[in-house]
Amino acid sequence: MSCLQTIQDYAFRSLGYGERLLPRGDFTLCQQVTLIGSGMIWNIYFGVIAVLIGFCIAIAVALGKGARRVWIRKPAEWFIFLFRGSPLFIQFFFAYFLFLSLKGVSSIFDPFTSAALGALVVLVLNTAAYSGEIFYGALRAIPRGDVEAADAYGFSGWARFRKIIWPTMLRLGWPAYTNEAIFLFHATTLVFLSGFPAWQQRGDALYYASYFADKTFNPFVPYPILAGFFIALTLSVITIMGAIGRRLNRHLPAERQQRMRLRPNLIR
Amino acid sequence: MFSFCTDPEALGTLRWFACYLTTGKQMGFYTSFGTVLLLLAITAPAALAFGFGGAMAARSRVLPLRWLGHGYIALVRGVPDIVYFLFFVIALDQGLEWVRHKLLCPGWDAPIRQGADFIVCSQAKLPLGNAAQWVHEVYGFSLAVVTFAIVFGAFAANVLFGAMRAVPRAQLETAAAYGLSRRQTFRRILVPQMWVYALPGLGNLWMVLVKATPLLFLLGVEDIVYWARELGGTANPRYTAYPHGDWRVWYFLALLVFYLILTRISEVWLERLMTRLTRGQATTGGDAQRKAAA
Repeated sequence: MSCLQTIQDYAFRSLGYGERLLPRGDFTLCQQVTLIGSGMIWNIYFGVIAVLIGFCIAIAVALGKGARRVWIRKPAEWFIFLFRGSPLFIQFFFAYFLFLSLKGVSSIFDPFTSAALGALVVLVLNTAAYSGEIFYGALRAIPRGDVEAADAYGFSGWARFRKIIWPTMLRLGWPAYTNEAIFLFHATTLVFLSGFPAWQQRGDALYYASYFADKTFNPFVPYPILAGFFIALTLSVITIMGAIGRRLNRHLPAERQQRMRLRPNLIR
Repeated sequence: MFSFCTDPEALGTLRWFACYLTTGKQMGFYTSFGTVLLLLAITAPAALAFGFGGAMAARSRVLPLRWLGHGYIALVRGVPDIVYFLFFVIALDQGLEWVRHKLLCPGWDAPIRQGADFIVCSQAKLPLGNAAQWVHEVYGFSLAVVTFAIVFGAFAANVLFGAMRAVPRAQLETAAAYGLSRRQTFRRILVPQMWVYALPGLGNLWMVLVKATPLLFLLGVEDIVYWARELGGTANPRYTAYPHGDWRVWYFLALLVFYLILTRISEVWLERLMTRLTRGQATTGGDAQRKAAA
C-alpha cells in the first residue's frame, strides 16, 4: 500500500472519515505519521476553542479578583484556587463522572459526556483560572502614573478601562499568557487518557501514539513523531502570539519592545 | 473491622458507612495516598539532584558537557510532559533489559526485536519471571520514580541554571579577589546565595510536581486514581457485601479535596521558607526585613 493511499485512508480518521479499522500489523512509518497527525486535529480543536473562550472568562475573573466588593472578589478567588490547586487530570475524571451522573437527571447533559464538549468545558475553565491569575497580576502591575494621567485627562469609568487599563493589562500579561497558551495545548493530550472515551477509536495524537507503542512495543518511533508534531504546534503558537504581542506593543519605542520579548518559562 | 459489621444488610446508615469505609479494599485506597506522598518524598530530592547536575553541566567549561547540560534543559520545552512519562517508562525498561541481555547472555544470536515482540533471554528479564509480586510492584514504582526524576530534573536544571546566573557578579569577583579557586567560589559563594533566587521557581516546580502525581496511574502503579475508579464503580450485590451505585463522582471529589489541601499546605510552607531564606540577603525582600526589624 502506497503512502498516498495511507494518507487518503487515515488523514481524517480521528474525525471518523476514511478507513474504519486502524492498521493492525506491519505498521509503516507512513501510517504512524498520518494517524498521529490526524489525531492532532483534536489537540488543535481543544486548544484553539479553549484559548478563545477561556480568554474572555479570564478577563472577567481577573477583574473580579481585583474588585473591591467582597461578594465579587471571593468567588473569583475561589474559582482560581479550585482550578489551579488541583490536577487537571483529576478535574477531567471528576467532570466526566459528574456529567455521567447528571445524565440520569436530565438529557440536556447527554452531549457533555463526550470528549468534544465535556473535556472542552474543563479545559476552558482550567485555562480561565490560570490566565485569570496572570491578568490579575498584570492588572496590579499597571504603573500608577498611567492611571493618574488618565484621571488628569478626565477619563473615568468605562472609558478609562477601555482606553488605558485594558490595553496596558493585556500588554503586561501577554508574555506569561503566551506561556499559558502553550501549556494549554500540551494539556489537551490528557483528555483521552482520563475518563473521556475515544468513541470508535477517534482519539487525539497521544491516543494514537500510545496505540502504536502498545501494539509494536516500541516507544522509539511513535513518541518522537508525536514530539515533532508538538514542537511544530508550539512554534506556531509562539509565532501567532508573538505577532499579537508586537501589535499590542507597537506604540512603544523600539528598545523597550525588545525588553518585552518573550522568555518562555518551562513551568506553568 | 468493627464487631457489628457481621451482617451489613441489617445496619443503619451511619454504621453501614463505618463498616464500608473500613473494609480491606478501602484500606488499600487509604494506603495509596501514602504511595503518592512517598513518590513526592523520593522524587523531589532526586529531581533536585538531577537538576543540580544538569545546571552544573550547563555551566561547565568542557564543551561536550555543556552541550549535554543544555540539551537536557531543552528536553522539556515544546513537548507535553506526559509524552515523556509514557516514553521513558517503556524505554527505561527495555534499555535495562537490553543491557542485561548483552551482559548475561553473550551466546544469544536471535534478534531482540522480532516484529511486535521484545525478546531477551530469561535471565535478563526484569524483574525475573519467578520474582514475588512485591518485587514487580517495587520495580514498577521505581521506574515511575526515575521517570519523574528525569523529567522534573530537567525543569529543575532550568530553574537552578537561571538562579546561578542571577547571583550578582560582584559577589563572585570579590571571591576571586580574595584568592578563592573556581571550585571554592562555587561551593562557598555561589551555591549558598543562589537558593533565594531559585526558590520561586522551585516552589512553582513543587506545585507542578504535586499536580503531576495522578499521572502515576498511567505508568501502571496502583495509585489513588486506580483505587478511586476501582472502588467507586457500581458494586454488584453478588460480589460484595456492600453494594452501592456509581460513586465515582464522590471518590474523585475526595481526591480533588485532597489535592486542594496539599496545595494549600505547600503554599503556606513555601511562603515561610521564602521569608527564612530572604533573611540577610542583598535583595529588596531582605532590605524590607531589615527595616522591619530595626
